[in-house]
Amino acid sequence: MRIELLLNGEKHLVEVQPPELLLDVLRETFGLTGAKPGCRNGDCGTCTVTVNGWPMKSCLMLAAEASGQAVVTVEGLGDADIQQAFVDKFAFQCGYCTPGFIMNIHALSSKHPQADEATIRDWLQSNICRCTGYEEIRQAVVSVLEGKVKGM
Amino acid sequence: MKAIGRSVPKKESFDKVTGVAMYTADKVEARMLHARLALSPYAHARILSVDTSEAKQVQGVKTILTGDVSDVLIGEEIRDRPIIAREKVRYYGEVVAVAVADTEAAAKRAAELIRVEYEPLPVVNSPVDALRQDAPILHDKLGEYENEGRAVPVPGTNIASVNRLRKGDIDKGWKESEMIAENTVWFMPSDHAAMETRSATAEIRPDGYVVIDTSSQVPFTVKKYMANYFGIGSGWIVVQTPLVGGAFGGKSAIFLEPIVYLASKAVGGRKVKIVLTREEDMASAPVRIGLHATVKLGSTLDGYIKAAHITYRFDGGAYNDKSSDVAKAAVIDCSGPYGIPNLACDCFTLYTNHGFAAAFRGYGHSELTFAMERAIDALADKLGMDPWELRFRNAAVPGDTAPTRDLLTPSNLGDIKTCLNRLKILSEWEGWQVRQIDAYRIRAKGISCFWKNSSMDTDASSGAIILFNPDGSINLETGVVEIGTGTKTVLAQILAERMRMSPERIHVKLTVDTRTTPEHWKTVASRGTLLAGRAVLKAADDAIRQLLDIAACVLRADPEDLVLENEKVFVRADPSVNIEVREICYGYVYPNGNAIGGQIIGRGHYIQRRMNPLNPVTGEGTPGPEWNVGAQAVEIEMDTRDCSYRLMKAISVNDAGKVLNPEGARGQVMGAMAMGLSFANREGFDYNEQGMVLNPTLRDFSVLRYDENPSYIVEFIETPCLDAPYGARALGEHGMIGMPAALADALSRAAGVRLNQLPLYPETVWRARMGYSHVFL
Ligand code: FES
Ligand code: FES
Repeated sequence: MRIELLLNGEKHLVEVQPPELLLDVLRETFGLTGAKPGCRNGDCGTCTVTVNGWPMKSCLMLAAEASGQAVVTVEGLGDADIQQAFVDKFAFQCGYCTPGFIMNIHALSSKHPQADEATIRDWLQSNICRCTGYEEIRQAVVSVLEGKVKGM
Repeated sequence: MKAIGRSVPKKESFDKVTGVAMYTADKVEARMLHARLALSPYAHARILSVDTSEAKQVQGVKTILTGDVSDVLIGEEIRDRPIIAREKVRYYGEVVAVAVADTEAAAKRAAELIRVEYEPLPVVNSPVDALRQDAPILHDKLGEYENEGRAVPVPGTNIASVNRLRKGDIDKGWKESEMIAENTVWFMPSDHAAMETRSATAEIRPDGYVVIDTSSQVPFTVKKYMANYFGIGSGWIVVQTPLVGGAFGGKSAIFLEPIVYLASKAVGGRKVKIVLTREEDMASAPVRIGLHATVKLGSTLDGYIKAAHITYRFDGGAYNDKSSDVAKAAVIDCSGPYGIPNLACDCFTLYTNHGFAAAFRGYGHSELTFAMERAIDALADKLGMDPWELRFRNAAVPGDTAPTRDLLTPSNLGDIKTCLNRLKILSEWEGWQVRQIDAYRIRAKGISCFWKNSSMDTDASSGAIILFNPDGSINLETGVVEIGTGTKTVLAQILAERMRMSPERIHVKLTVDTRTTPEHWKTVASRGTLLAGRAVLKAADDAIRQLLDIAACVLRADPEDLVLENEKVFVRADPSVNIEVREICYGYVYPNGNAIGGQIIGRGHYIQRRMNPLNPVTGEGTPGPEWNVGAQAVEIEMDTRDCSYRLMKAISVNDAGKVLNPEGARGQVMGAMAMGLSFANREGFDYNEQGMVLNPTLRDFSVLRYDENPSYIVEFIETPCLDAPYGARALGEHGMIGMPAALADALSRAAGVRLNQLPLYPETVWRARMGYSHVFL
């Protein structure tokens, strides 16, 4: 079937199989391998992208369901504050979980620029990082949110 | 411009935050074939027949491989493992067949249609079971297997290896002891759960080159063993490894490479790719070792330990792989960081019907530390002595001997007492150890202490090549795999410091290609900084000598009068006479066009001096370069009604020798602490009575998430190791080693019962409080 994807700001017409996951179409059709498979079961968040600005695990969405919606992957971020914050705060080691965290936090900072600790905790529960103790990730989130709040 | 001691961001930082960083499975090529595995649903069974006829009908299927395809047995210590199961399966998730097809979907469908008929056999479900008189024997040909000579198997039993260690006079030790404490601990195998599952591709080129891409910590070991197993000249094997998405020891075993190689061979050499699903990565691929251990300690009434007898029964799983070597590492350091004069250790690595064990971060050390530290706590209880004080009194110091009888020196041993002293202050140990918060909640602290030497091959070596660019910057190539530890960046810092230039001017090659990259033994044992670091220093010296030689011609000075600083070569006594490195690093051109020199290429290698293998009966030998040490504490808050608890605070004081990259080092230690806590708190395979794994997903095998972490305190002390670059000791694994013991200590204090079993689910704590014992005892 043919779907229309608004992917990283560009419109694409693409042929997909009905059971194909958004994750696989992103990776295989578009070569956007920033979205990573970690479980294909919704458990780990390494495949997180945004759909209409909300974080979405791309292994839990069929490509067909994404038709007509705005999908952004880590490759489409340009340079978001959170990317620099991750570098500054040493918020990754192996980097495999990083695109997923970044997309999640990027959405968080635009949906809840004044997020409190509880909201941050809630949102970040969906992603696993096996390398860090999450402390550096927390610092990166906080620094971005503080930057946002100051900028308003 | 100091390069050492500065938090230089990882060289691959921007690749990683923008999604362009490539891992093995990210490579997609149009003509690639895809492989999927068919796995055993039984933990122990005879294979009666394999019917692939239906599977072959699936459109797009190229071939189906079964055990018949190769009778090669593989294994680094004992060659006991078929690449694809033959005759028998010995663990749940063992590979019984492989489907290769045009698409992954077709390969998957075909794999599902492979019909295997089994005759189930009784299972060995724990190391204690494995030793029973009537235990089913997993390997009846154990005596016939090829053996590298380091494992000591006992044919006719499930014992894959026996290692013993004796130091001092144990009988005398018991005679001098006025108090005896004995304690038994146990835990099941568990998983590495790196976020990137294992993957590999293989291709056999028309000219005969075998090219393997693999998500591995050990590309050079893959090359060596592929050559051995299949009789291919090692020069014909090319192993490539890009960035690796977490490894933790799990990617130091050879697993997928021979499978994809056979698959490629079966389809005329075409490139075949395999990517494990999470379930396969957990159930089928190598796991973390399990343990059942008893430690008996004897001390004087004032707490000086005179004797220790340690008995390990390691759950090595269905095949030996590295489990007997992990076990040996636990023997080497069996006493923990204590100067115990009389020691005996008996170590059994056992075959069970569980997944086979590979290395896990810590290589036997969080295992041995859990056993020893819980015994120390039991002894402290019996003596009525403060557990910190008992540890401090017995801490090993230079002049003591290690269990292997190596003499401990200020260089090869970190400073345990200073670590303990700092821990006492940071944890406010003297203030309180347990206190009631309200009617139901109790807070408690626990401590532990550890050491670790590495157990390396005695000829483990590493090499480095540095190449200048015309702009005077340097390309650095080493065989260390970038698994997330930031070692490649630290190596750039080491190089920059020696070359007296900025680390930003060093470009590192992040990927490994065994055809051109100098060999680095294995990216394991936290030894990248020592082995590759020394090789880098040697390469730097080699390049400096060449730079000074050519500068000497141009400046008409003796090379001995020249110094290198800030990308210039100066005459020491007259800095106004100088030349920029970029004018000479690609050869120097005189005004008339004549030229001398050429691109400067520096090379270096390093091999650890004077190591020798362990005597399997006495445990004598020199296993590694140095014992790094640390002391740790955990604070928890428990609800006495249901024994649920929260991790409040975790502290680690490590002797880093020298901190090369402060933020990087802190991150390594914190991440390892989190992993140790996660392991102790909740990780372990849930085997049913038939040995099936019930929780091979990240939903059921949960790991610590964001808000479950305690606050972390990490502190370093610096006692230099004279052999290491700038004195730096190993660091990557050490944050995790003492965490399980410290957590168990804290919880035991809160619960008022001694907890010796992992993971410490609230239910486990509750059962212990109620006096229920575990099914496996
Ligand atoms: S791959 Fe999508 S949540 Fe794990
Ligand atoms: S950095 Fe490796 S999983 Fe997060």
